[in-house]
Amino acid sequence: MAIEDDVLVIGGGLAGATAALAAADAGRDVRVRLVTYKQSTLRHASGLIDVLGYAPASDGKAEGPLVDPFDALADLPEGHPYERVGSEAVREALAFFDDIAGDAYAGDHTDRNALVPTHRGTVKPTARYPVSTAEGLASDDRDALLVGFETLPDFEAPLAAAHLEAAGAPFSARGVTIPFPGIVRDDAKVTRYAHLLDRDETVTTGAGETGAREALATTVRQHLEGEPRVGFPAVLGDERAAEVRTALADALGADVFEVPMGPPSLPGIRLEDLLYGALEDAGVRVTSGVPVVDYEMADAAGAGSAGAGTAADGGGVGDRIDRVVVDRNGTEIPHRADQYVLATGGLVGKGVRSERERVFEPIFDCHVPHAEDRYDWFVDDVFGEQPYARFGLAPDRELRPLDARDEPEFANLRAAGAVLGGYDFAAEKSGGGVSLATGYVAGRRAAEEVDE
Amino acid sequence: MSDAERPTDDHVPGAEDEEFEPVRVFPEAEEMDLRPGADNCYKCSTCDTNCPVAEVDDEFPGPKFQGPEQWRLKRQNDHDIDDSVMKCSNCMRCDSACPSEVPLSQMHNTARGEYVEENMDKRSREYVRNRILANYRRLAPLAAAFPRTANFVMGLSVTKWIGEKVLGITSERDFPEFATETFREWWTERGGAKIENPNKRVAYFHGCYANYNTPEVAKALVRVYEHFGYEVMVPDQDCSGTPMFANGMLEDARRAAETNVEELAAAIEDGADVVASCSSCSMSLRQEYPELFDFEDTEDVAANTWDAVEYLRVHEDLEAELEGTSLAGESFAYHAPCHSRNQGLDGQTIELMDAIDGVEAHDVGDSCSGISGTYGWKAEKYETSMKIGEEMFEHMAAADAERGLTECPTCSMQMEHGTGYEITHTLEVLEAALVGDADATERRQGAG
Repeated sequence: MAIEDDVLVIGGGLAGATAALAAADAGRDVRVRLVTYKQSTLRHASGLIDVLGYAPASDGKAEGPLVDPFDALADLPEGHPYERVGSEAVREALAFFDDIAGDAYAGDHTDRNALVPTHRGTVKPTARYPVSTAEGLASDDRDALLVGFETLPDFEAPLAAAHLEAAGAPFSARGVTIPFPGIVRDDAKVTRYAHLLDRDETVTTGAGETGAREALATTVRQHLEGEPRVGFPAVLGDERAAEVRTALADALGADVFEVPMGPPSLPGIRLEDLLYGALEDAGVRVTSGVPVVDYEMADAAGAGSAGAGTAADGGGVGDRIDRVVVDRNGTEIPHRADQYVLATGGLVGKGVRSERERVFEPIFDCHVPHAEDRYDWFVDDVFGEQPYARFGLAPDRELRPLDARDEPEFANLRAAGAVLGGYDFAAEKSGGGVSLATGYVAGRRAAEEVDE
Repeated sequence: MSDAERPTDDHVPGAEDEEFEPVRVFPEAEEMDLRPGADNCYKCSTCDTNCPVAEVDDEFPGPKFQGPEQWRLKRQNDHDIDDSVMKCSNCMRCDSACPSEVPLSQMHNTARGEYVEENMDKRSREYVRNRILANYRRLAPLAAAFPRTANFVMGLSVTKWIGEKVLGITSERDFPEFATETFREWWTERGGAKIENPNKRVAYFHGCYANYNTPEVAKALVRVYEHFGYEVMVPDQDCSGTPMFANGMLEDARRAAETNVEELAAAIEDGADVVASCSSCSMSLRQEYPELFDFEDTEDVAANTWDAVEYLRVHEDLEAELEGTSLAGESFAYHAPCHSRNQGLDGQTIELMDAIDGVEAHDVGDSCSGISGTYGWKAEKYETSMKIGEEMFEHMAAADAERGLTECPTCSMQMEHGTGYEITHTLEVLEAALVGDADATERRQGAG
């Protein structure tokens, strides 16, 4: 016996969740399961959905920030994930995301990139942004007060404000650092700040006992000099973030926005929650906390054949995955589906791994193009064109990973998100968009292919 | 020689294990050396965002400090384990959070063991209290011998007052009631297994709670398995060790584990697979034993231990068997215990309940219940425990259900404590759907 489904998605980040949702939404009655091992890199992520901020240029100098990412999609090199799926799929995937996100995200009113200030005072070109950051856009000419907390050194507000001004933002930015009422520890977690505000816990300040929201607003008010908007590090609540922002804005008489932070990131966590809520609503079954470690191929008769997983000479369009093996604390659980989507992430998410002599994809051993000599995997210039940043699977236009002979590794496996190669999302600012577009296409195609 | 000849990757899944002779840099470790795990930590702090304790208590430095950072400090031999390790509730959520294979809960368990061993005053009230809580199974047989008396005495406010004042056991909670007949007594009375089948055998690890407090859960397991034609064995066993790990009583845990590994290995030898109805018991046998102990057969027992419901999903078509069964209008608020979550089992109960006609199970979200075994019983931890549980209580109240459902004994105590709902175990629902009123059936057969 195996656990049976029609479509099995491996990986629970933005690409995997999108693939599962797109498969469930394909208009056919297919049973979709998502298996995810560790928590996804969404917890490292800013929560912004970038399509393309900078175009990769031939001379190694990236071009940008781009005003309209869609203008640049057609010029991307062959093999780039966007080139594989086509720009129409990028638009469809964004529209699909907009439907799921509802009013939690903004930016769908235009093709053009929005400019969102980050915690270092840089400005990030992005296509969709959490509504909590909407009042903070750098293109907005209203003056801003940035507020940092003494116990949260990741956001140095005065420095961020100075950076923003130096970057030519069309407004005056000022930064102040204040104590966060109710927190004295230097190493309180971001979830603790969020929890205090979510629950409006009672805190003790010099002025006596009040709710955390009121106490915070009172402290900030003393520093406000008529700025119409106030930016905070992105820790303003988790489950009740909108409520927290509204309460602070009312108390301050100013618009309130969040500045995206580095990991661990609450906007990333909120996006994860939003996606998993949508998965539940869509009837997608989720198995989490366990890795897929192996697979078995179907022989011509359709039965599983053991001893696979040594796919060095596999390949050929006819090869099909019959089942995958999930390792549950030492016990091997077979999962069978008709179609599979691999969305296990890249070098950080560990969907692509390396040893000293090779770079490989650990579950199906799909081909990862890379130089023989490991000294050719990187260049000395840290911010130069790093080959390793583009490591990943090379797919056909169906997103089926190709082997060294450019044949699909398996007929019923597609790949999505950072496990794909051929693009440098950190340099291009294209991570979210590629995950959405490839996840959407892989999930839709998988559902269409499911045997009647 | 280039460094390519000397791989330094710690176990990379899928990597080819090549033979190589490592150069010994550090002296032979006297005890468990978790340095490689600490080296895998790149401080992304994802674990910290999953810690239920850190979210409600800034005094707790969080799993990243308790594990890898503390381990680095310790390497210089001039740091004791920080006493904050006792604030960790051993929910193990950090394990499935870590994107970099750091064995967090193993580090916490090891650090806690060392702290209790070397820094905790053995005459202190805290030590005595923790020892009593961790070894509940040692006291349970006494109470089980006189269950009504025990329940009466435990329920007295004077008992609770003494518990709190003398031992530091919170008086806010009601002690769980002892059953008038333990599961093992019932099993003996019944004459053991009703089915003999050398090809389909399971050895039931019932743990303490299903034996002394909720034998109906254990009976449900027996009947559901017999429904599928299994021969059920009930080997001798000790506590799984879960409460002992959480209190840093590693020696107590080791003794219990030794008994369990020996008995269960013998059952496996007889062709049985091990099944457990409590998610913390299966977690312990599967993960903590191999991480902390090295008795012969430890790995074998871990690899052949299953969650009781999951076993039937894989070895029988449980879902198909449930299609077409129906129960009259049962609606449950389901909470997945942390230790189910860590085994990838958090979705299965909802999936199965969906298959039974007339049963509605609503998932109340991914928050921790907050009681974490013995943790929420400690007077000084009670408030933290209830703060953590707040989210679950709210979601239970909002769910369209008046009863609770879970697989973990202490989660069920917390669910009942916070909402007043009656709490059921998944196996009891499966029994009702597949077997019906088994008690009556058994009595009839016994009479016939």
